[in-house]
This record gives sequence, C-alpha cells and structure tokens, in this order.
Amino acid sequence: MADVSFTVDGKKLTAPAGTLLIDACRAHGIEIPAFCYYPGLSLQAACRMCVVRQEKVPKLQTACTTPVAEGLVFTTESPEIAQARKATIELLLGNHPLDCPVCDAGGECELQDMTFRYGAHESKYVEIKQHREEQQWSPVVFFDRPRCILCYRCVRMCGEGMDVWALGIQNRGAGAVIAPNKQDHLECEECGQCIDVCPVGALTSGTYRYKTRPWEMNHVSTVCAHCGDGCKTTLGLKRADDGMEIVRGDNRDKSGINGDFLCIKGRYAFDYSNREDRLTKPLVRQANGELAPVSWEEALEFAGKKLREIRDAKGGRAIGVIGSNRTTNEEAYLLQKFARSVLGTNNIDHHRTADYATFAAALKGNADREASLRDFAAAPAILLLGGDPTEEHPGLAWQLRSDVRLNQARLYVVNHELIKLRRQAKAFLEISQDGYADLVSFLSGNGGALSSNEKAASFREDLLKEESVLIVFGPEYRGKDIEALVKFGMGFPKAKFAILGDYANSRGAADMGLFPDLLPGYVPVTAAGTFAEEYGEALPAAPGLDLVEMFDAAGAGDLAALYVVGSNPVSRYGVDASALKNVFLVVQDMFLTETAKLADVVFPAANLYEKAGTVTNTFGDIQLVKKAADRAGVRSDFELIVRLADRMGADVKKLVPFGRGGVRADFGQTRGAQSGEADRHQVWLTAHHIELKASPFDPFAIFDEVQRLVPAYDIPRMDLLTGNDQHIKTELVQIENTGSRRDLVLPSKDTLFTSGTLGKYSAMLHSVMESHTRKTAETAAD
Amino acid sequence: MAAEKTTIFSPETAARFDKLVTIYPVKRSALVPMLLYAQDDIGYISDAVVAEIAERIGITELDVRNVLSYYSMLRTKPVGKYHVQVCTNISCMLRDGYATLDQCKKKLGIGHKETTADGLFSLEEVECLGVCCWAPVVQVNYDFYDQLTPEKLDKVLDDYREGRGKETK
Repeated sequence: MADVSFTVDGKKLTAPAGTLLIDACRAHGIEIPAFCYYPGLSLQAACRMCVVRQEKVPKLQTACTTPVAEGLVFTTESPEIAQARKATIELLLGNHPLDCPVCDAGGECELQDMTFRYGAHESKYVEIKQHREEQQWSPVVFFDRPRCILCYRCVRMCGEGMDVWALGIQNRGAGAVIAPNKQDHLECEECGQCIDVCPVGALTSGTYRYKTRPWEMNHVSTVCAHCGDGCKTTLGLKRADDGMEIVRGDNRDKSGINGDFLCIKGRYAFDYSNREDRLTKPLVRQANGELAPVSWEEALEFAGKKLREIRDAKGGRAIGVIGSNRTTNEEAYLLQKFARSVLGTNNIDHHRTADYATFAAALKGNADREASLRDFAAAPAILLLGGDPTEEHPGLAWQLRSDVRLNQARLYVVNHELIKLRRQAKAFLEISQDGYADLVSFLSGNGGALSSNEKAASFREDLLKEESVLIVFGPEYRGKDIEALVKFGMGFPKAKFAILGDYANSRGAADMGLFPDLLPGYVPVTAAGTFAEEYGEALPAAPGLDLVEMFDAAGAGDLAALYVVGSNPVSRYGVDASALKNVFLVVQDMFLTETAKLADVVFPAANLYEKAGTVTNTFGDIQLVKKAADRAGVRSDFELIVRLADRMGADVKKLVPFGRGGVRADFGQTRGAQSGEADRHQVWLTAHHIELKASPFDPFAIFDEVQRLVPAYDIPRMDLLTGNDQHIKTELVQIENTGSRRDLVLPSKDTLFTSGTLGKYSAMLHSVMESHTRKTAETAAD
Repeated sequence: MAAEKTTIFSPETAARFDKLVTIYPVKRSALVPMLLYAQDDIGYISDAVVAEIAERIGITELDVRNVLSYYSMLRTKPVGKYHVQVCTNISCMLRDGYATLDQCKKKLGIGHKETTADGLFSLEEVECLGVCCWAPVVQVNYDFYDQLTPEKLDKVLDDYREGRGKETK
C-alpha cells in the first residue's frame, strides 16, 4: 500500500497505509509497550499497555489496533500515558504474586520490566492475593495461574500459529483462566511455543523451571541437532561439574530461518547431551571380550595401528567407512578425505534420507531454483508432494502455516495420507502410496495417469494457473521421479524446488561426498582430478561399496575393518551382529549404541552442540554451528579423525591444511613497541567468532578447502560467521548422469517425538510419548 | 450427521440439534442455544453433553467449555428437580430479597448452589431476573413467583414439595 506520513512524538514518520501504529513505531525505534500484542498473531487489544494519545480523539487509543493514516498525530509518552500504563500495571499486579526472586521469568519478564519502567511500586489494592497451586499440564508445560496476566498470547499462538488449538479461556471476569484442552492436562504437539511467548512466568517449561536464573546462563546461538530444517536455537548453558550443561533452548531473538519457532525437539530434546551415561572414556575390547575404558593414548594407538596394518596388508578395499547425518560439513568432508587419501578406499557411505544426488543433477546449471527455508515465509503458492512436515519438518510446517495465514498463500497438498497440513491447503489431493510418479505425469498433462476424477482435474487446473510455485517434495520421490518432477516444475514461469531429508546435516553429508561413487560436490570418483591435486595423493578411482554392500562384504568376510562415525547402522538397518564378528570395528559416538556395543574400539564423541563448524539443512541453507555445551572427556569427531590419521602415520598437515596460506599465529610473545598487538588481534578474532587456523583441529581450515573445491559452497564467509544462513549455489554443482545409481534412500520416518538414535537417548521425548497419545483437533474452529 | 448415531439426547432435542447446526452462517453459532436446550433436556451440561455438542458442531471440546464456563446459567453439575433461583439484585434487595433467600435456605435446609438430600430442591442466589417491578422475585425452573411475602413463598415451596407445583423443566 502507498506510504502515508504521520507524526509521532513530534517526529514525522512514514509507513505503508494500514500499518498498525505499534509496528510503525517499533520500525522507527519508538518502543510502545504491549503485553497482548504479538507480531503475526491476531489482535487482542486486551492489555491496555500500548495506549497512546491521538490528536482530536477524546480517549487514549490502543496503538496495536490503530492503523496509521495520512496526517495523524500521536503522542506515545506523556505524563497522562505513563499514568494510564501505571494504572494498568497496578491492576495486573493486584493479584500477581511477587515471587520474582524464584520465578523462572524473573529478569526477563515483561511485566517486571514495565513495572520498573513506569514505577507502579505502590498500590491501592490491599486485598489478600488469591493463590492457586501450579498445575502440570504435560511433561513440558507447567501453569502457574496467579502469575497469568491474561494476555491471550499462548491461546493465539497455539491456535493460530501452531494450528493445535489446545489452549482456551474459561470462566469470565476476574475468574478468567487459561485452560488446557483436556481439562487438567494438555494433548498437543508439545512445542512449548506457549511458554516462549508468555510475557510473564505463568507458563513454565519442564526442562528449565527452577534450574537457574536467566542472567546466570551463557547463551549461544547455534543450529538444532535434530531434523533437517536447520532451525536456529539459542541454548542457555550453565556450568556443571563436568563441563557446560544445556538447560534451555529457545529462539527469542527470532534470528535464523525459523523466526521465533522451535518444536519440541529443538526446545527440549537437548537433554541427551546432559545424560549421565554418555561415553566419556575411550573403550577398547579386551582379551576377555569385554569393552573396557582405556587411556586416549592407548585407544588411539591401538586403533591407528590396527587400521594401518589392515590397509597395508589388505588394501583400502577391505576397509569401510560410514559417516553421519549429524556431524558438521567439515567433519563429513574430512571423513571422506581421510577415507580416500589415508585409508585409500571409496567404501564410504552414510544413511541416506533423501536422494540429494539426483536432485542436484536435476537442477544442474539452473540458478536460483532451489528454495531456501526462508522462501517459504513469503511464497505466493506452494505445492507440497508427499512427506508430512508437521511431524517430520516442524519448521517447514510453521513456515507454511504462517505463509497461508499472513500472506494468504495458496498451498496445494498431495499426499497418500490425510496429513494435518491439508487444513491450510487451498486444495488437497489424496493419492495412493505408489501414485507419486503417476501424479507428476498427470500434472504434466497426461490425463490418463491418475484414475480420472474431477477433483484431480480441478487441482491441476488451479495449480497450473500459478506463476511462481515452490515445489517441495518428500522422500517418496527418488531417482527418475525427481527428474520428472523437476522437469514438470520448470514449466512454471518461476518455480523453486526443495527436497525433504531427515537429519540436521543429511544434506551436508551428501554434499560433502559421503558416497562410494561421488566426491564432495557430487564429483564422480572417476574424475577426481582437482581433488587428487589438492590432496597430493592418488585417490582410488573405482567406486567403492555402498552401505548395504559393505555389510554384505562384512558377512562374506571381505571387509576387514569398518569405521563408523556418529551413526548407528546396526539398529537402523537391522544388521546381524554376526556379520561384524571378524571385522575390526571402530565407532565414534556419544552413547554405547547398538553399533558401538559390537565395536573393538569406541571413542566418546562430542555432539553437534559441543562443536563448531557448519551444517547445511535439507533446503541447502548453510549455517554456522557454535560450540555451546561442553562435556569433559569427549572430543569432536573432527579431532578424532585427525588424531586417528596421525596415529596411522598420515601427514596431518596434508589432511587439514592448517597454517597454510600465510596464517601465522602470534600468541603475544612478541615484545617491543607492538607488544600486545597480537593479543588485541586475538580479541578481535574471538569477538568475530573467527578462530585462528593455527591448529589441525580447526574446522575452518578445512572449510577453506571445501570452498576451494566445492564451488556451490563458495559463499560469503563473513556473512556466515555473523550467523546468517547462506544458500548454497546449486547451479554450480557439477554432476553427471545419476540415473543408474542404486536407490538406497531410507527415510527415517521420525515423528514429532522421535529423532532416530538421538531421540532414543532423550528422556524428555520419552516422557512426552509415554504421557499421552497425541491427537489433534479434528477440524479447526470455524 | 449424528442423527443415525447414538445420541444422549431425547429424540426431540436431537432432531432440534440436527436443524440448529444448519441454520447459521457458521455452525458454531448454534453453540449457546444447543447448550441451553441440552441443559433443559439432561438437566445439566455433563461431559457427555460437551462431547456430543462438540462433535455435532465440529469444534473441540475445549471450545465448548470456553463458552460453557462463561455463562453462569449453564450448569455443569446436576440440580434438584425444582431449581429455586432467588434474586438479590438491587430492586429485590430493596424489597428484602435477602430475607427471601434466607427463608429459602432455612426452609429447604440448603445453601447457595446446594441440593436437598432427596434431590427435590436446589437453591441458587442469582442476579437480576428482569422482574424488578414486582420484586422480590423467585424463579423455580422456568416459572416466576413475584411480589413475594414470607407466606406466599412458604406456599410456593410447600406446593412444590407436595407435588402441586407447576411441572416445567
């Protein structure tokens, strides 16, 4: 809409006509307090905190419901307004307990801040406060009724934002109270958004309550370790006996591609990291067949020596490597480099959750055709094929719901199940489970591909009217089906695509070449020229064994050693333990998983919250992960790979090009006129989150190399380091024919409350699953 | 939709509900009338009533409870066969409405929002019944008794006790 000019506190401002005054003011740095107003949710106008004086209007107006128009004149701060706000706070404090010293929200409470600002320190109300005991509504949601100021944010967030509608208001007047949908407990998606938006401490979180004070935590903004959406999460950390413990996850600063959204996993399921039974010592299988803790020296020496012997005796072909969906890009890259240049094998693979290689091939050479998760926030039309984002990609589901609600986006959903997102869909088409390929054929114009029905025809008609569509598809599409789908999508004047894979860095694992036949950037192993040059080694030229073949080879006695990094293939693929009997198995993991139990050497590894590096979400958004938590005894997978390579006699400097390219660290030993310069430089680097590449354990030394060798990852570094997501340059992926590749995609089919092996070790997810069977409202309230 | 299904309501009420949900631009507008009719039919709004109404309208039980809890005339607990509502708002108060209430309490042996052991009477102190001109007033089920004197009130209650009262629900 056209811009209008208006005056606020004597300043001339402009904003599009119809903008709410509160938004317009905030955009210009004029703060108007509000409890009930929340951007993106419907207006409530319940709290009366945002009152302002509008010229020629007899009474104070609420800024949250006043649209700006040409020539209006407002005053936002005056003794009169301060008095009004003070009176509001006084009323709110009438029954609000003053238990701020123990309240979770104390220190980050909006009511506290406003009381401080307007000084409602005395009260006319002398009545005894009505106390009510706090209630536990679910393993993660607690409700403390007297603290509630009835802003209705939680009710709207749950209904409008999450489409769960599990919170309501009951009774009226002074008796009004927030109520859960099952009278004394909640049956919901347990996202915790209600707790997050609560301006006071009325809703508190099961994981965080009474654990610490807000100002006593360190806050580190990193990326969630669970699904493939790559949501930003700010972890609150507290010192523990053996490191730094995570006590809270949220995204109140709304940084990142997820805005303020986090699902249950991002918000609560970090607890695996704090578990007591985490591995903190290396284990080596003893003569008696038992795994026993040994020193790092002994374990590394043993593993390194043994791997070297096997490589030298039987060659790299007898060694297999399985990478992770949850290590950083640098670690995945380093692992394949280690496999190919040190172990001398192409037998490397990972648990594939989507066919990224074919997708990359299908999009090859087309700039700006892959959708970032950001694009979903404002896309005019979206086609969702397969998958169930509500369960598997909660961040994406949030974006889709918000886009439909706030931008009236048109969502087209095709699925073989009645997924919940159909409630936001303009059109929903149910097809059979094996009908996804036929569907593309049908949409492309082959009318006979789907058994004819009018619904499908009108679905196609509506869809084809769209100019610009985001096409997002689940793991139902692989190989040739992806090619056909992309070909169909290219028919739209403007279309972007997104593929849904499962874990925090599944995309990175694929992009970084954890494949037996593809190097980083999907370069075929048969064309390893630049890589061999950079590595200074001849790399094995023939494609290696894939994950399934490796276990077949192990069963047949052709595999002598297997190196598993952050993966649990024994559980995931149901591998028979006897197949690995004669295989020298080295496992790096957080826990003694089903795979680790069979290992000869187990290294205790750090998780994604305990290391730095980059990860790529399934949409191709590269983000920085920062070291947040810390656990004594564990080491990052990066460090473990380097140390293992060192023990195998490899040139570590070749593996991790640290210190190369003129980086010279000066740790302050310099004396003379410039003494201290280095220290100051170090401070500057630290302040900018740049570590000196002075150590072989520095992931950024490897990221340099990744950027040199993988053009798609050649993104602006400074932007990445400041915490912004950067989309990979899909058009720069050089990939040849992939049609003949074996389909090894195994979607993990995780739900909101599971997260593969990580989920198994999250007590919070377990308690939520046990506490209730989840059911959502049949239809949204009309 | 629910007509073929089992319903907890009487056939008349069920038929009425089938129609009610069709006559408003949005179905949930039928909620308050349905709750009132359901209360007349069942006597109070039980969990089963909430569940069936939610299903009939296609909203959540929570939505039903949000509305239900707002209105004090909707009850979630059973009352006596004769529900005595005594007004103590200003006009009745000026005409000794509190004495009327006290008399009821004494005579029935129950207090506000209580029910006699035999389930015959329940008592409730209510806000204005809209009969200020003839205060003080008492409403028994849907019948009004106005310009009450202690004698008149005694007779009204006795009549009901003896089965001579008006039988309306």
